[in-house]
Amino acid sequence: MLTLTSPIDTRLHPVRAGVKLAALALVTLGLFQIASPLPLIGVALSLGVLHIAVGGLRFAAHALRMLWPVWPFVVVVGLWHLWLGDLAGGSVIVLRMLCAIAAANLVTMTTRLADMIAVIERLARPFAFALPPRRLALAIALVIRFIPVLAERMGHLRDAYRARSAGRQVGWRILGPAALAALDDADHVAQALRARGGAE
Amino acid sequence: MERSLTHIALFAALIAALGLVPRLDLAAGVPITAQSLGIMLCGTVLGARKGALAVLLFLLLVALGLPLLAGGRGGLGVFVGPSVGYLVGFPIAAFVAGWVMERTTLAPGWAALGAAIIGGIGVLSLFGILGLALMLDKTLIEAAVIALAYLPGDIVKAGLAGLITQSIATARPAALLSRAG
Repeated sequence: MLTLTSPIDTRLHPVRAGVKLAALALVTLGLFQIASPLPLIGVALSLGVLHIAVGGLRFAAHALRMLWPVWPFVVVVGLWHLWLGDLAGGSVIVLRMLCAIAAANLVTMTTRLADMIAVIERLARPFAFALPPRRLALAIALVIRFIPVLAERMGHLRDAYRARSAGRQVGWRILGPAALAALDDADHVAQALRARGGAE
Repeated sequence: MERSLTHIALFAALIAALGLVPRLDLAAGVPITAQSLGIMLCGTVLGARKGALAVLLFLLLVALGLPLLAGGRGGLGVFVGPSVGYLVGFPIAAFVAGWVMERTTLAPGWAALGAAIIGGIGVLSLFGILGLALMLDKTLIEAAVIALAYLPGDIVKAGLAGLITQSIATARPAALLSRAG
């Protein structure tokens, strides 16, 4: 299963996940206190330098690509504030958003899935009376295991539909069977778990 | 016990799988993702509590860094982006849809359609618009205009949630956990 963790080894990879998450929380809180564009440009530049310093240019370019999906919002806010004649206000909103997302992505890109899960297990420990950490870990593992299974099943359903009705668009009709199959899988896995001594 | 756990996990996986499906053409010419349809189905099929838990589990995996949101997005960044309101609204939308489903005695298809409209469109848009207004520093009206872009797709998806829930109820009545109790 692919994760968003960067395959390029950076100097932030060995840093403990809890430390990175705490730093991220502080940076994000700080970002929302800044209300003028110049300091935000400074933050954006230092984030860029930080990316290059820890992981090199290719890593920084990859991080830049991960910001791409927010472009519609940048365009909407940009045009809106251009029309209002409030360029400073618009650039604060856009820069703050981009900096916050980039900082969060940096933590995601430099922290392995296992380390993140370890943090979650530690955070969940005080709530063990309601949610035993082992059950949470089992649920996470089940989801990761079954995403490719369900995606493949949907592929089979789509192929079967095409074979029966050539030339017709495969649409929502496979979603009912896909949901039913997921419900059946859930029953089978529950039986298998119980046969092996239960989920505790 | 095991059955609740596996239902929650499998539907969390289903939401993710629906996001991976490459541009399922749900309606002619409108390339909409099936992910929020998955949120609606969690509520209408699993019921309020399990449906909301399935969505929370899905969001947890997104936060852990799996690229499971439609378009391969994920990680912590999406939780400070402009659409964070929709992410916060996801589990609440599933809960409300499940609650409506459990409380009505209408035929499953119609009940699911109503549940999807109230939870999956009403509640979800409310949170989405609040999020847009906060993150982009707009008034609620201005944010609502931006959110209008999602409305046509959402209406199609609510209709589909009704049809799919009805087909599950017909094929296997006992599988419709929101109506099992």
